[in-house]
Amino acid sequence: MSALIAAPTRLEEWHLDLHAQGARRDEAVAHLHGLLLRASRFEVFRRRDSVPQLSAVELDELAEEAADDAAISVLRRLDDFRGESSFRTWAYKFALLEASVKVRRSAWRDREVTLEPEHWESLAHAGPGPDDDAENAALLAAVRDGIRTALTPRQRQVLVAAVLDGVPIDVLADRLGSNRNALYKVLHDARRRLREHVAAAGFPEVSE
Amino acid sequence: MTGRDLDPTLLRLLGSGEPEIGCDECFAQLDRYVELELAGAPADALVPGLRAHLVGCPACAEEHESLRALLELDSVS
Repeated sequence: MSALIAAPTRLEEWHLDLHAQGARRDEAVAHLHGLLLRASRFEVFRRRDSVPQLSAVELDELAEEAADDAAISVLRRLDDFRGESSFRTWAYKFALLEASVKVRRSAWRDREVTLEPEHWESLAHAGPGPDDDAENAALLAAVRDGIRTALTPRQRQVLVAAVLDGVPIDVLADRLGSNRNALYKVLHDARRRLREHVAAAGFPEVSE
Repeated sequence: MTGRDLDPTLLRLLGSGEPEIGCDECFAQLDRYVELELAGAPADALVPGLRAHLVGCPACAEEHESLRALLELDSVS
């Protein structure tokens, strides 16, 4: 984790050399990789408790892979950089994304993801406790009824897995052969339908 | 009771109901948003829908927290 020791100090203009040729570009790419490795190690170190099965060497290998993949993404998308942030911040987010996705995948690698769940029945044990009033019990019942009747099978599958089972959205996307953005849209639509159902069942405040 | 007052599990199930952007747009705007936050600028007004997305998407929220933390670390290094 030695790259965490020193923050980058070079002027931001170095990134213009990523568009150059030859040695200037090589030097800029090496500098870029150093920044990305700093970010990916930072992220892996933050999330290390979620992957206790990985050794220090394996964690560093994961960070290296994330930095390598992020470098490819950054170089492929250089023209997307509009200068709305510093280049360093823009590049960092690619490394953090790659590292966080790899950590989440590793954490869930050997965990079963039940994709035909009836786990929403466990919702009976979530939310209001025994001392809560009848209104809360009725709200919970409306939510459970909505999950059962108002959602499509796909929406129910994604909502239950992502929210009740806590499966990370990108892990779930891998298992379902989808991608994070598309799956979040399914989740978003499921929530909207559920809110509409619950509101129609006598709880309009959930849609306010 | 409003959506914001719900039990955390119910809030995660129902969502906030506020307009929000998706994961791809969140990623596209995240660097600008975090720099605005750290500069004390009205990031939520300037990048509408991103904060609501972070509330609804734990993965994007993690990456937002990490970018912010990394920039804060850089600023004191």
